[in-house]
Amino acid sequence: MRFVPEQASNFAPEVDYIFYVLLALTIFFTFGVVFAIIYLSVKYRAGSKANRTRPPHHNTALELAWSVIPFLMGVPVFLWSAKLYVEMYSPKNTAGALNISVVGKQRMWHIQHPTGQRENNELHIPVNRDIKLMMISQDVIHSFFIPDFRIKKDVLPEYFSTQWFRATKVGKYHLFCAEYCGTNHSEMIGTVYVMTPEDYQKWLSDTKWGMNKFGRPDTMVEQGEKLFVTRCAGCHGAGKAATAPSLAGLFGKEREMADGRRITADEDYIRRSIYEPDAMVVKGYQNIMPSFKGQIDEQQVFEIIAYINSLSNPQIQAGTTLPTASRKQETKQ
Amino acid sequence: MSIAQKPNYLDSELGIKSWLTTLDHKRIGIMYLLVICVFFIVGGSMAALIRAELLTPKGDLLTSDAYNKAFTIHGVTLVFWVLIPAVPAVLGNFCLPLMIGARDVAFPRLNLLSWYVFTIGGVFGIMAVIFGGIDTGWTFYTPYSTSFSHTSVVLAVTAVFITGFSSIMTGLNFIVTIHKMRAPGMTWFRLPLFVWANYATSLIMVLATPVIAITVFLVGLEKVAHIGIFDPALGGDPILFQHMFWFYSHPAVYIMILPPMGVISEIVACFCRKRIFGYEFVAYSSLAIAIIGFIVWAHHLFTSGLSTYSAMVFSFLTFLVAIPSAVKVFNWTATFYKGEIHFESPMYFAIGFIGLFLIGGLTGLFLASLGTDIHFQDTYFVVAHFHYVMVGSAIMGFLGGLHFWWPKITGKLYAEGLARWAAVIIFLGFNFTFFPQFILGYLGMPRRYHSYSDEFQVLHVCSSLGATVLGFGYILTFCYLLYSVKFGAKAPKNPWGAKGFEWVTDSPPPTDNFDFKPVMREEAYAYKPDYEAPEVVHERA
Ligand code: HEC
Ligand SMILES: [Cu+2]
Ligand SMILES: [Cu+2]
Repeated sequence: MRFVPEQASNFAPEVDYIFYVLLALTIFFTFGVVFAIIYLSVKYRAGSKANRTRPPHHNTALELAWSVIPFLMGVPVFLWSAKLYVEMYSPKNTAGALNISVVGKQRMWHIQHPTGQRENNELHIPVNRDIKLMMISQDVIHSFFIPDFRIKKDVLPEYFSTQWFRATKVGKYHLFCAEYCGTNHSEMIGTVYVMTPEDYQKWLSDTKWGMNKFGRPDTMVEQGEKLFVTRCAGCHGAGKAATAPSLAGLFGKEREMADGRRITADEDYIRRSIYEPDAMVVKGYQNIMPSFKGQIDEQQVFEIIAYINSLSNPQIQAGTTLPTASRKQETKQ
Repeated sequence: MSIAQKPNYLDSELGIKSWLTTLDHKRIGIMYLLVICVFFIVGGSMAALIRAELLTPKGDLLTSDAYNKAFTIHGVTLVFWVLIPAVPAVLGNFCLPLMIGARDVAFPRLNLLSWYVFTIGGVFGIMAVIFGGIDTGWTFYTPYSTSFSHTSVVLAVTAVFITGFSSIMTGLNFIVTIHKMRAPGMTWFRLPLFVWANYATSLIMVLATPVIAITVFLVGLEKVAHIGIFDPALGGDPILFQHMFWFYSHPAVYIMILPPMGVISEIVACFCRKRIFGYEFVAYSSLAIAIIGFIVWAHHLFTSGLSTYSAMVFSFLTFLVAIPSAVKVFNWTATFYKGEIHFESPMYFAIGFIGLFLIGGLTGLFLASLGTDIHFQDTYFVVAHFHYVMVGSAIMGFLGGLHFWWPKITGKLYAEGLARWAAVIIFLGFNFTFFPQFILGYLGMPRRYHSYSDEFQVLHVCSSLGATVLGFGYILTFCYLLYSVKFGAKAPKNPWGAKGFEWVTDSPPPTDNFDFKPVMREEAYAYKPDYEAPEVVHERA
């Protein structure tokens, strides 16, 4: 039986350091007080002959000391821990990262790799590579929790959450939903497989994923492109700039709305444009775009976003583990 | 009772009607105690079900839905109808006017009304349990509660909404009572620390409870009318719900723990036969906790989507709020120094309180600290932490107070030896139940799981066995206390040799509390006036 979880991510050792410092403080204060109480209880038990002359009733210096010193002991822990928190929740470190999309829905984690492989309640990742998760829930709030990695992030409906980490140890780990989500919440669990890069490559090239003409499954960008061609290109396609804005180069730009608001075109913006186009009408255009609610699901939104993103960042595919030869160049827009 | 005895508040009027229409704060306190016992039994039996289910990794005893209802009913009933009212509404109601030398609270009718409101809210709560149950967790998180749960959410939030008003009324009553009803000579800095603690608690009740009322009202409205406040699918914001919920529910933790802290101050002073060390620090720390406690709520949202800057601010403030609690512990400990320490049952409970509170409080730092909270949030570590504070400590403090004032309340003495045993059993059983849960949490066991993976079983079994011991301790207490009501020896006025107005009047007190006009002529806790009077000179009002 274990009493400590494994340290299997880049964050785990530091979280544990802070944990042990706090544990030391806890033990120090608990034992200190308990010892003092026992000692004093014995010494000053009723009937003992201890000296009780002029018992003190207060001692401002002493009381200030035991207010201020514990506080000062806490401050470094606070700072250290806050620094770690910022690191854990700021996915800045993501150049070359593997971008994996996660959809939480009541009792299931649905995961898609940029190279197109989809899995449920399992997450296969290569060791020692930054992983960036982009997550959304289809219904209630869930929370993506891998104890051995010390990571946890709530997965909300309607808003993307992100989380990054680097697994540092090959192995099998628990994935839990940590936010109560109703019936069978405790079945919303899965397994994380951390693999060597070679094994991961092998896993990706399994034939069970289906084949396109390149002998591999469609990447997320390719799937997004297909969706785009059938659902969106009628208005957003090449040469239609008068009907609807071109989406090439959109990603990350600041957009001006008809009502004067300025909004950065990030993942949330694109998702919202698809589901609630009325909420944000681009300046200079008619509000004619229909809502795709119920027609395009959260997973497909991820694919469209990947595609739109790839239009501005051609390296988005290079960042994936696609073999270079089969990488497709984007032409359409 | 002998015929020669003068009537007291218990036998001056008889019959159920005389109780249901009483304006006597002492009787109202007892009526609260009865209702609270009912809910304690409901919530406690749910805990028993939960612990039985968790004996095995598979969810084999209850269905998932039944389990979800069990922990929700456990949480909701124990938080709203036991932990929040236990000390203020029972011991506060009974003792506070006595302690300040008043004949009653400032608004006796309001006091009775608040009991009715409390009980009616409780009836709604029971109805929610009977008609469909409720499965949202006591936190009612949206959008699950508003748009997904098929259980009696509306009834449950109505119950919480109604009950909130009783808290507000009690708080208001206490504040006015403490300001206006103190006996001559009872200056602010002569008040017993229990009164200070209840004063600080009342401020929280009056200021924070309206927020939970609004929040659950909106949850009910959203559930019924789908207006789009908290459900993001309707354009609402679930994080807004979490802010509003915790804006009350964090301070509510202090509603649960401050009054027991006040109890501990009384007990420690009495059984050390000594003024509490640093009386002012302890009094002010109650206020500090009440005030800082209002600005830490978002520490429950560190993983839900808070900007990193606000997370830092709330983390820092949470470290800060630990200080006044620590001050209390240090000051109680220092009170032992040069005391004349008597070990009678209330003192057992008080020392047990200090032990549990140390662990409960210090483990809060693991959750205040941002990087570690990410790991611990929503695991058994959190469960263990808050049970140490809200259950271990708070119930220990409540029982300590109940044992301390029991002879005053009932006029009877309970079996002292059994009471000491009960304190020890409860203390050990509690640690046995909840300590393994810290380890479970560190290992990553999420809370509210109905089934779990095999490696957690040993610790869960420990926890369930501990819960059996704990349950036995509670039942034992219940039995000998009840027994004493009928068969206990008659209590003298002041069985512990304690200081304070309540110990000068009869046990049980007469209906209007004192047969004389109480006047405070000394400092609080003047156990050794010859040393103490000259040292502390406060004549502020
Ligand atoms: C009926 C024509 C039409 C269709 C079909 C359509 N759109 Fe649009 N779209 C528009 C128009 C017009 C605008 C600009 C006005 C607005 O913002 O509503 C727009 C705006 C947008 C924007 C904001 C662009 C910017 O420049 O800020 C995005 C993103 C977008 N659409 C994505 C999509 C996607 C993805 C699809 C396919 C699933 C799609 N649209 C289908 C007409 C359409
Ligand atoms: Cu869940
Ligand atoms: Cu809190």
